Amino acid sequence: MPKKPFAPQIVSANDLLAGDVVYLDRTGTWTRHLVRAAVAMTPEEAEALLDTAVSQPAAVVGPYLVDVDLTPGEGPTPVHFRESFREQGPSNRPDLGRQADFSDAAVSDAALSGGGAW
Amino acid sequence: MYRYDEFDAAFVRDRITRFRGQIDRRISGALTEDEFKPLRLHNGLYLQLHAYMLRVAIPYGTLNGRQMRQLAMIAERWDKGYGHFTTRQNIQYNWPKLTDVGDMLDALAEVGMHAIQTSGNCIRNVTADHFAGAAADEIEDPRPTAELLRQWSTDHPEFLYLPRKFKIAVTGSPNDRAVTKAHDIGLRMVRDAAGEPGYEVIVGGGLGRTPMVGKVIRDFLPKADLLAYVEAILRVYNLQGRRDNKYKARIKILVHEESLERIQGLVEAEFQRLKAEGLSVEPNPAEVARIAAYFAPPEFDDLDDEDGGYEAARLSDPGFRSWSDTNLTAHRAPGYRIVTISIKAIGEAPGDATADQMRVMADLAERYSHDELRISHEQNVVLPHVKLADLPTVSAALKEAGLGTANVGLISDIIACPGMDYCALATARSIPIAQDIAKHFADPAYAETIGEMKIKISGCINACGHHHVAHIGILGLDKAGRENYQITLGGDHTETLTIGERAGRGFDADEVVPAIDRLINAYLDLREDPDETFLAAYRRLGQTPFKTALYPAEAHDRAA
Repeated sequence: MPKKPFAPQIVSANDLLAGDVVYLDRTGTWTRHLVRAAVAMTPEEAEALLDTAVSQPAAVVGPYLVDVDLTPGEGPTPVHFRESFREQGPSNRPDLGRQADFSDAAVSDAALSGGGAW
Repeated sequence: MYRYDEFDAAFVRDRITRFRGQIDRRISGALTEDEFKPLRLHNGLYLQLHAYMLRVAIPYGTLNGRQMRQLAMIAERWDKGYGHFTTRQNIQYNWPKLTDVGDMLDALAEVGMHAIQTSGNCIRNVTADHFAGAAADEIEDPRPTAELLRQWSTDHPEFLYLPRKFKIAVTGSPNDRAVTKAHDIGLRMVRDAAGEPGYEVIVGGGLGRTPMVGKVIRDFLPKADLLAYVEAILRVYNLQGRRDNKYKARIKILVHEESLERIQGLVEAEFQRLKAEGLSVEPNPAEVARIAAYFAPPEFDDLDDEDGGYEAARLSDPGFRSWSDTNLTAHRAPGYRIVTISIKAIGEAPGDATADQMRVMADLAERYSHDELRISHEQNVVLPHVKLADLPTVSAALKEAGLGTANVGLISDIIACPGMDYCALATARSIPIAQDIAKHFADPAYAETIGEMKIKISGCINACGHHHVAHIGILGLDKAGRENYQITLGGDHTETLTIGERAGRGFDADEVVPAIDRLINAYLDLREDPDETFLAAYRRLGQTPFKTALYPAEAHDRAA
């Protein structure tokens, strides 16, 4: 069976204290903003990102790699619908979850367990 | 209803203190997530897609107004203003923060509630008929039995690390509303030749990835032998159940692989040994009587089984008449009815109630239902003891709170698990499918024409939405990166429990409502008369005509 071609990947997890969805950024800290997620373009880069993530067990729970598509000017978007729902929030409740929280431009990463950079 | 004694209260407080310490150690880094996860699960705390989720036990689905009001307070103070009532008669909060969970558990403990054993490979919250103590067809109230089992199984040192989770359901009525044949142990109250009440014991039922109908392991078990016999079953399962493969670890697989007869022999031998050697817990008759006293029926007024005001309201208000036709059930006492409050408003998530709605239900229970509420496995709430004369007032209050939907037992009274809108295990969404179906069949007159219909939706093979035992079951799967929905037909959740048959290929999400519509049209064409339910028509005709309706193109190809 031919090996699946590598797709660009990011690392996602849940914040330890709040439980909400976070992404690993280029500085090795956690952000709630998908657009700021560090994108691995090779398997080696992906492995390195995951190593950085799992070395922070006091910040997050269950980090893992997520396949993404890259659209110029828009940042990464998840390939699988599960990750899209995680990124947005419950599809039946647009007033809840990240889709609601992120309608407020003032939202910040300051309260993240890992002390977000933004 | 049962009230915590000093021992219960101290146990729950001690557990919260311990769990607070475990949370602190996880945050400090003294505990890894691998070490913490089983501890949080034993206290009902999951991590879902968007947040933590706290699952709170509502033992045998019974609670009072004060408890419901406290659930509302918790929803507002530490969650997002609502809770989700589940098919296990629990309530789930979808948005707690880890640092708030200790306070939430303290608030629960204030009203005699907790989240212990709502997860993990232990004996879970014991469930029961949601009409217990009120149903006209009841042999005995099953809740004293369920409470005895709850006390026996809580923190039972021998059964905290079973091969897999273990669920017990109890019904006191021949009409099984507790789905006893789909539980690891089902207990059905029956009478022996002398008229004494006891239990028919069913073992090895379950849904999930390998659905199985429970088998009768004991035709009649005297009530006094309950704990010894259940303990014998658990001991046999604990020793013999498979621990090498979680998908084959439930007792249903053990019974299936080893045969009922062999398991029956092992259980009987262990039961006799426990009794002969005095090793089993023999329920103290005084304690049994003390528990039973908590469930003594309220003092019902001596009423006629008709009421002028109620009849007048039915004549003058078509909405009330429709609601009373669908949402009321016969009560054991003349002049009373059981009210089922639909938590299935058209277009809303099945089982979700806001804090305001919880408070309305608490108020109504205190004023009009002897301060009792029940949560049904069908994700509705029950006021078990309401006078006929009070029904117009109760109905109006429910309507004002958005709780007046007249659809209980009809096509829009859909069970749906949280699915991929919340659940980390889900492979597809459930709630939007339920919402779309309910909206499509929103016309009350059309729903009444269709009649009794049980649609149940699960967002993964674990079957929390009971799709296997639905008249029309819907299972959401991930098919090559797209949500896909398999349909099963002919399931039955009652005493004649039947596993539905898969109809064929699955449907994309936007094809589900048209498929259900074709099924319903076929049923309306095929039924002998309006009294023949979908399930009865399916049993009479078999799957073929319904399959033809579901897959018209394939049927056309076969005919060509």
